[in-house]
Amino acid sequence: MKNIMHPYDVRHETDMVEPLDFNRRSRLKEVDRCFKAEITNVIRLTDMEKLFQIRMVNDKDWERFVFLPGQFVMLELPGYGEIPISFSSSPSIRSTIELCIRKAGKVTQALHKAKRGAIVGLRGPFGTYFPMERMKGNNILLIAGGLGLAPLRAPISFVIENRADFEEVHILYGAKEPSQLLFDYQYEEWHRIDDINLEVIVEQPDKSWIGPVGLITKLLDDIKMPADKTYAIVCGPPIMFKFVCKRLSEMGIPMQRMFVSLERRMHCGIGNCCRCNIGSTYTCLDGPVFDFWTVMNLKEAI
Amino acid sequence: MLFKTIKKQDFFDFYFPDFQCIGPKKVGTNNNGKPIYQFLPFSSFDEIDLDYETTEYSAKTYFLPYKETLSSFSFEDNDWTQEINYSSNPRLIIGLHPCDINGLVKLDKVFEKTLFPNPYYITRRQNTFVVGIDCKQPCDRGFCSSVGSNTVTHGFDLFLTDIGDRYFVKIGSDRAFNALQKIKTRDITKNDNELYLQARNKFDDGVEKTVRVENLPNLLDIEFESDVWGKWGDKCLSCGTCAMVCPTCYCYGVTEHISMDFNKSDKIKQLYSCNLNDFAQVAGGHNFRPEPATRLKYRYYHQHRGFVESFGQPLCVGCNRCGRACLAGINPTDVISDLQREQKR
Repeated sequence: MKNIMHPYDVRHETDMVEPLDFNRRSRLKEVDRCFKAEITNVIRLTDMEKLFQIRMVNDKDWERFVFLPGQFVMLELPGYGEIPISFSSSPSIRSTIELCIRKAGKVTQALHKAKRGAIVGLRGPFGTYFPMERMKGNNILLIAGGLGLAPLRAPISFVIENRADFEEVHILYGAKEPSQLLFDYQYEEWHRIDDINLEVIVEQPDKSWIGPVGLITKLLDDIKMPADKTYAIVCGPPIMFKFVCKRLSEMGIPMQRMFVSLERRMHCGIGNCCRCNIGSTYTCLDGPVFDFWTVMNLKEAI
Repeated sequence: MLFKTIKKQDFFDFYFPDFQCIGPKKVGTNNNGKPIYQFLPFSSFDEIDLDYETTEYSAKTYFLPYKETLSSFSFEDNDWTQEINYSSNPRLIIGLHPCDINGLVKLDKVFEKTLFPNPYYITRRQNTFVVGIDCKQPCDRGFCSSVGSNTVTHGFDLFLTDIGDRYFVKIGSDRAFNALQKIKTRDITKNDNELYLQARNKFDDGVEKTVRVENLPNLLDIEFESDVWGKWGDKCLSCGTCAMVCPTCYCYGVTEHISMDFNKSDKIKQLYSCNLNDFAQVAGGHNFRPEPATRLKYRYYHQHRGFVESFGQPLCVGCNRCGRACLAGINPTDVISDLQREQKR
């Protein structure tokens, strides 16, 4: 009977010899392979968040690693676990990626103890992205609440690098307290760029705070721009983007031109495990970036 | 499709010496004196009973083990290496009913025909020789014909139907065709066709349980806030038994287990259930589906709406294993009929 059935081995698949392309159908064999990466810098942002600068150990892997703003990567900390993290850096920087990570669970707590030089694993990039190309030639509103600035920093970098392609640019950022503001060392830089409007608001100011106080929607009061020529990217907790998007709708911006990034716990990143399902939509394959109309139609999303 | 017939006793010459053989084995009797069957390894055809009614568990575990190691990390100094192993030994599974085979066909869609094919599943699937058999009589409250899984057209190597003293055989692969060269077969006659259709009609007429599912994608959306979910959700114990016995539930979780000497770590995949409390819990403790009712609803939503949207057919195969296994007496047909009634009111 041996000749009836030849043992099957995925390693014999012929399509395995193609170079790996992260954004297309994966090579069968590599679906769980982590690419070795080294933490080159750890930057403390607040008490809870750190920014990790990471580069691939193997240059060849790096050449194939191309991502777009809004996508995420599965970050493996061998021995602890794997977590989905959005890119916080510009896709055009071809030497390192930056991941802003809050100390929230088991893996992130271990990661916060990691030092420069630690070797981690990367799988990805996965998921949908903000359609930056489509937004060119339009006004753009970049709105973040709390940790939402972490994924929003990728499109912000893209817009700054391609400033000439966009009309009006507004960056609006809100947090609960001044001590929770992320990337505060960069506001000065963004401020100084001619013709980019950056506004930061907090809900509970401390004594030294001199900026505006209130909810993020307050910042939208002063913004007047033609709605039919405006795109918006909104990142933050569901309760925040729900109210922001409602406001943007009232301003006349079509819901299909507002983009949000959803977050769920993912165990695979490749549409297998179902852990990130909202209703029955995979956040990892169909998301994490959705337009707001799609989100409105997802049960349990907000 | 090519067809043959085989004399029943001739079929048992069909044997795979180098293969691990799995079949429906009687493992005991329940309180009502009915035999209990499970898909278990066997060494002789005497140990299995192809006329079995149904098994408690599906044969899913031979394709999606409840627990498997995805990869291993070994640590050295400040560095690690990752090892991935997909190997699986040749296996023969005999006696799968149409619901089980349709379940596999649905899993193929999830794990093979997607953007990221799953090598662990594909290796096992390709290395398994599947011999199916038609049910003689409907099982207890099975509703396979309602979801279109009472017949199979692909997803198997051989498929048998009992037509008296012979088996009517569907040949589903070239390797099965070659395997049949070694035993005595006969080309089908008009009479064989007649007997086959009679057997099928007899089964279909015997199915008592029917439930309407084609309107569910729409209905589930409208009845998202329905009281029906609370009614059944309050009974649900959130134990996950339904997912364990289901031929198509494939959700899983991945955890890492470090060895006692800290030299090695295994990344272990374990099948999960969307009814378990922490299924949708995220880092920081927020749970997107904290109540049993929302989790129960999600299970139906995934099977009868989400999967239909993606693949044009429900994920459920109507085997009613979950209904029979449920400790709280939640039966899928009852839940669905309740929803349908809600619509009529």
